Amino acid sequence: MSRIRPEHRLENPLRSTLDQRVPRVAGPCGIVLFGVTGDLSRKKVMPAIYDLANRGLLPPGFALVGFARRDWEDEDFAQLVHDSVREHSRTPFREEVWKQLSEGIRFVEGDLGDADAYARLKGVVDDLDATRGTGGNHAFYLSIPPGLFPVVLENLKASGLAEDHPDRWRRVVIEKPFGHDLESAIALNDLVDSVFPPGAVFRIDHYLGKETVQNILAVRFANTMFEPLWNAHYVDNVQITMAEDIGIAGRAGYYDGIGAARDVIQNHLLQLLALTAMEEPLTLTPGDVRIEKEKVLRAVTLPREIGKHSSRGQYAEGWQGGLPVRGYLEEDGVSPESATETYAAMRVDIDNRRWAGVPFYLRTGKRLGRRVTEVAVVFKRAPHLPFSESMIQELGNNAFVFRIQPDEGITVRFGSKVPNTTTGQVRDVNMDFQYGESFVDSSPEAYERLILDVLLGDPPLFPRREEVEIAWQILDPVLDYWADHGRPEQYASGGWGPESSYDMIARDGRMWRRP
Amino acid sequence: MIRLEDTSGGAVAAAIAAERHRMGSPATGMVLTLLILSDEETQADATAAAVHAARQHPMRIVTLIPRASSKPSRIDAEVSVGGDDGPGEVAVIRLRGDRAEHANSVAIPLLLSDTPVIAYWPHESPDVPDADPIGRHAQRRITDAATAEDPVGELRRRRDGYRPGDTDLTWTRLTPWRTVLASMLDRPYGHITSASVHAEDGNPSALLLKLWLHHTLKVPVSLEVSTAPGISEVRLTTPEGDLVAARDGEAEGHLSRPGFPDARIAIHRRNLAELLSEELRRLDPDELFGEVLKLVPDA
Repeated sequence: MSRIRPEHRLENPLRSTLDQRVPRVAGPCGIVLFGVTGDLSRKKVMPAIYDLANRGLLPPGFALVGFARRDWEDEDFAQLVHDSVREHSRTPFREEVWKQLSEGIRFVEGDLGDADAYARLKGVVDDLDATRGTGGNHAFYLSIPPGLFPVVLENLKASGLAEDHPDRWRRVVIEKPFGHDLESAIALNDLVDSVFPPGAVFRIDHYLGKETVQNILAVRFANTMFEPLWNAHYVDNVQITMAEDIGIAGRAGYYDGIGAARDVIQNHLLQLLALTAMEEPLTLTPGDVRIEKEKVLRAVTLPREIGKHSSRGQYAEGWQGGLPVRGYLEEDGVSPESATETYAAMRVDIDNRRWAGVPFYLRTGKRLGRRVTEVAVVFKRAPHLPFSESMIQELGNNAFVFRIQPDEGITVRFGSKVPNTTTGQVRDVNMDFQYGESFVDSSPEAYERLILDVLLGDPPLFPRREEVEIAWQILDPVLDYWADHGRPEQYASGGWGPESSYDMIARDGRMWRRP
Repeated sequence: MIRLEDTSGGAVAAAIAAERHRMGSPATGMVLTLLILSDEETQADATAAAVHAARQHPMRIVTLIPRASSKPSRIDAEVSVGGDDGPGEVAVIRLRGDRAEHANSVAIPLLLSDTPVIAYWPHESPDVPDADPIGRHAQRRITDAATAEDPVGELRRRRDGYRPGDTDLTWTRLTPWRTVLASMLDRPYGHITSASVHAEDGNPSALLLKLWLHHTLKVPVSLEVSTAPGISEVRLTTPEGDLVAARDGEAEGHLSRPGFPDARIAIHRRNLAELLSEELRRLDPDELFGEVLKLVPDA
């Protein structure tokens, strides 16, 4: 009589794969947050935790522990969380949700290097397990500069907080940058791996939590009409752009010495490249997707003459959208001698059958024309055009564009006849698909998704150690070349980057798309 | 908003397209068509809820209001496209006089091509929604037994007329409860020997919750009458003590389990827009609902 067959049953009788509605809720657990006053903590992590609670996706008894060198009580930290939730959460503020969350908020005062403070932290965590039922499951969220990772990780290890145990979990969450070159990345990974087992390390690249990024795989592998064209026979080049219209916005301390390539290309853009270029995975399980991502990243090669196929710049004083803006070298906290690039572009190739001869252009920069992230697959011209020259003067290349942000969706660009012209001209038009979610406060934000995945222990959206190291392997020679050859070129704020960026792509007989 | 008097389905579709065009975006990104069949009394709330849900699911909303007793026989419509409320398209159509019998022929030209159609009866619904001329277009058919005079009797009618793809908001309303209960059992919980659901008398959702618990836990589940509105408590009995999820107020509640201090939970009653949003998230048949509905006992 019943169609709920035994194989649909999970261990929990109230969960069934037939159930379309009951969401996966994190099991009993808590988060310990290091670096509670940082921008990221206040603007992203805390609001995301509240939003998860508001959606009913956190377990009852969830705990949030703040750790910092402040003379604070639990209430002071709760107030900080409260304020950041009020200011930055995406879902409406509801008193009852806040009450539920605030009951589990604790604060531990101490220096990051103080062993006693970790002993107190352990006391608090143990107490939460006993009184809140967090079940010994805790994620340590390191929202602190990477220079401080060693001292925190060593103390977590020494205090026994990181200790692995079969019937509970301890996880660590780290944010980019994952090192500043291959060597430092390996050192960091070795350090993290010495404290936590690999499955317990979650590296956050918030781009991978975005719906539109996840949609790349869905569009490529759920459809028939794109994949046949997705190769060197039809694709002329691929342009992956992440442009920001803001400058460094007071983050000189973080940004200077890092620069655009390390900050964006090493992680976001190479991840986008991997998803765009990878072969179809056997299944969409994390392991299979990673195999393909790593494979395609390993096939990435740099041009022989890096200087001719890359470009870097610094935004200069000027006008952006009609407002006067400062140049990078005039920003507070930036040395007038700084050689840190705020714009970086480079060509890479992928040495495999699918992509041989198709350049992938990666570019990112600050103070550019507008804020936009997109992946544009630019197709070759039709091999034969049975039109007169005048009719197709205005016809460019077909393009398929994943618009990652803002205005999330997909654009397809193709030629169409202009109506009512006697010449019958063919001109480019855009067909847009809008992601409904883009203007909805109710769709989960990337951080929500990622934090929930950390608590569920679901790793597909987190780059693994190998991916991080391969990405550095790709980038290091470019960084080395730049370090030895001159300085970044000044570029006008509010435009699309330095002259050399136009030159590098023109050298290949191509043009940047205006995103 | 555009008013169309003495119009037709095709003319309404043309008006929507013209309005889109006038706004400079003739291409639409609507992902589905929602057909609402309603009387005057409930149409405004149902349409407003759908408009709200359209922020998450961009869609064309067609509210059809049959008014057989209104003369003369003709069709009037109000059309709005985009705007402050969201990106969707809305057509509220009144079918007066003999036109009231032909909602289906009005709806056909308004269905977006090759995208899912959902039908929603906010109040009175046909015996077999899938056999209804409007329902036949829809791959998912939403009803709401709670609005009937005899909600539990209405659930029986839903059971008898059920075809895969039917869904009822009395089931949707249970998701927060079911989520809380499922997450309670994510932790070790001992051996459950019986359970009880406490709710106001005649609450159809409470009956479904009871049947669901019985179906999944395979233990006797009793339905107890309480005075609080809606469902107030669910109790799972084990030899070590009871696991309890309870609502204490409008939006707050607590969980208790043996050996642990009580934990506060937020469990608010969702509005119609939130319920509709949940319904539109998945468009394949809700098999679990079908299974549970089958267990609704005869009077």
